[in-house]
Amino acid sequence: MAATLRDVTTYDLKLAAPLAAGFILFFVTPLVILLALSFQTDPQGGHYGLTQYVAFLGDSFSLGVLGSTLWLGVKVTVLTLLLGYPVAWLHQRSPAWARGLIMLLVLLPLLTSVVVRTFAWVVILGRQGIVNATLAWIGLIDTPLKLLYTEGGVVVALAQVQMPLMVLPIITALSRIDPNFADASSVLGAGHWRTFRKVILPLSLPGIVAGCLLTYAAAITAFITQSLIGGGQMLFMPMYIYQQASTLQNWPFAAAISIVFLVSVLVVVSIFNALGRLSRGYANA
Amino acid sequence: MVSASPNGPASPRGQTLLLDGITQRYGASLAVNEVTLDIRGGELVALLGPSGCGKTTLLRIIAGFLAQTKGHVMVGGKSVDGLPPNRRSVGIVFQNYALFPHMTVEENVAYGLDARGVDRATQRSEAQRMLDLVKLGHLGDRTPRQLSGGQQQRVALARALAVNPSILLLDEPFAALDKNLRLDMQIEVKRIQRLSGITTILVTHDQEEALSMADRVAVLSQGRLEQFSPPTEIYDAPDSLFVNTFVGSANLLGGVLVDSDRSAGRVRLDAGGLIETRAPKGDLRPGSRVTVCLRPEHLSVDPATGDAETLNGVVEMGLPLGATVVHEIRVGDGTAVKVSEPRIQRTDLLAPGTPVRLAPVAPRLASVFAAA
Ligand SMILES: Nc1ncnc2c1ncn2[C@@H]1O[C@H](COP(=O)(O)OP(=O)(O)OP(=O)(O)O)[C@@H](O)[C@H]1O
Ligand SMILES: [Mg+2]
Repeated sequence: MAATLRDVTTYDLKLAAPLAAGFILFFVTPLVILLALSFQTDPQGGHYGLTQYVAFLGDSFSLGVLGSTLWLGVKVTVLTLLLGYPVAWLHQRSPAWARGLIMLLVLLPLLTSVVVRTFAWVVILGRQGIVNATLAWIGLIDTPLKLLYTEGGVVVALAQVQMPLMVLPIITALSRIDPNFADASSVLGAGHWRTFRKVILPLSLPGIVAGCLLTYAAAITAFITQSLIGGGQMLFMPMYIYQQASTLQNWPFAAAISIVFLVSVLVVVSIFNALGRLSRGYANA
Repeated sequence: MVSASPNGPASPRGQTLLLDGITQRYGASLAVNEVTLDIRGGELVALLGPSGCGKTTLLRIIAGFLAQTKGHVMVGGKSVDGLPPNRRSVGIVFQNYALFPHMTVEENVAYGLDARGVDRATQRSEAQRMLDLVKLGHLGDRTPRQLSGGQQQRVALARALAVNPSILLLDEPFAALDKNLRLDMQIEVKRIQRLSGITTILVTHDQEEALSMADRVAVLSQGRLEQFSPPTEIYDAPDSLFVNTFVGSANLLGGVLVDSDRSAGRVRLDAGGLIETRAPKGDLRPGSRVTVCLRPEHLSVDPATGDAETLNGVVEMGLPLGATVVHEIRVGDGTAVKVSEPRIQRTDLLAPGTPVRLAPVAPRLASVFAAA
């Protein structure tokens, strides 16, 4: 009797054991090892101390790489938001058949490999690429513009690659907004722009925050796109870590900058989360 | 733009509203079919009809959310056909209220004033005045989610009225409220409507609500206007069989028209007996098959006399319903007839199987329509 009346919201913790074990083995353990490694003073082992952190934080080159990586994330996120919000809005406003089409276009990047997508951008942005060829054909330029191996190129390519991460949460947020809100606003005398600014935009904020969070996290860690489009001249954190670990075999320093990167990302994520919590107040009405 | 006093001379309230031959087509189907309603300034009109009859569609056309396929909407004698919703001076209370969840109650009420460029101080004082009108002056700082259903509805009403609209539209505003609260809010809305003198359209599928609140009721069926009359006329003198059965309950009995003139008719019922009725609707000749509608309170149950020339039957069931007693009687042609009598007059329930005779409590209560 008592068993059948059991509260269905409580579960046996043992059921979570396999997942917990996997989590500890493959996530927590490497992280602990990484942390331990970062305190080694010398690649050949030896003492423990803060040497690596002091080296990183005292080195303007390293700080520059960290700064430009975090800043790259901001630029990509802003561009993705500016391009993605209208797409999500269009999706919300379209008839059913057009919605399917828009959704397919949005999801397409997820269905192809990152490497393929990135090489497509190499073709598009290259000296003899589609953009330069078109501009030259129209007669706007004589000599090809440098698009590949520029930060602008990296930002544009990343924005395209991460677009679904921005668009999907915003579509979800927009679809949760009662269509009567827009009608109520217009009948109270507001034009389209005011309705958007005062009602639709604030109510879609939870989706914007979620989309920005995902896009940001994905953009700053996008090793392949960053290195293929950015080329050799531009260095971002993922590549920097890779060089230190693989090429220079300086594992303690690689571990230390990984930890610094991780903490920086966590700080940014917490800020987003706080914003999300503020905006969630609007969401479920 | 917004006059300070509710009935100031510059107030646009109490405008006439004319729906002139409104038709709305969705593909091949007609949601609204040639509806014409001439509504007086300050009147409260209920749009009553079953689900899907086009009530909301009509409301959306008046508000400007939807452009009608055919016909004209005139407010105060001027056509508003080309105007978008934000320039129509219409107030709406939605069924789910649609209060902006990210704004306080006061911001909600001030929203329309803000959109009209009214300055902050006036916005605040005007919003406060509207909230006082709906007796929520003390709750301006709350968010809509911190309010009960009835309070949210009052806010929605205050928000709609704050911009001083010419026409107020209410789309099933009481549907989400429980019964006691609904009655309170019906009285409240009626009070505010009287006070402001604003022309109001109330959409409902609750006939009691329509009959008790409205000055006139427009009954719709499948996009067509069936009748547009004061509540008592809708109930006592329905224009069609649909109105007769949709508003209130009715017993339908088949028969043959014996004779009729402008004020009355006589029908021989298939179930037995001759009954005096109101003048038949439409062009009916003596000898035509007709349907007679008798409301349960139009009949009384009398002891059987054995006379075959009366409406005789057998009691199937008796139900005491508070102030009334309802009997279900199986009459000669097999139809079950409901009879409702005041309990003061009938203290005892009749046992099933009792043979009885049914008689109209007064002549010419029954309505007669051509047989379907
Ligand atoms: N956008 C639309 N496209 C096609 N048909 C529609 C559309 N909106 C409404 N209809 C149809 O028009 C008719 C009238 O709908 P409407 O919403 O006005 O009914 P209603 O009287 O408000 O019903 P309810 O009491 O259920 O709210 C219905 O048959 C409905 O299916
Ligand atoms: Mg409706």
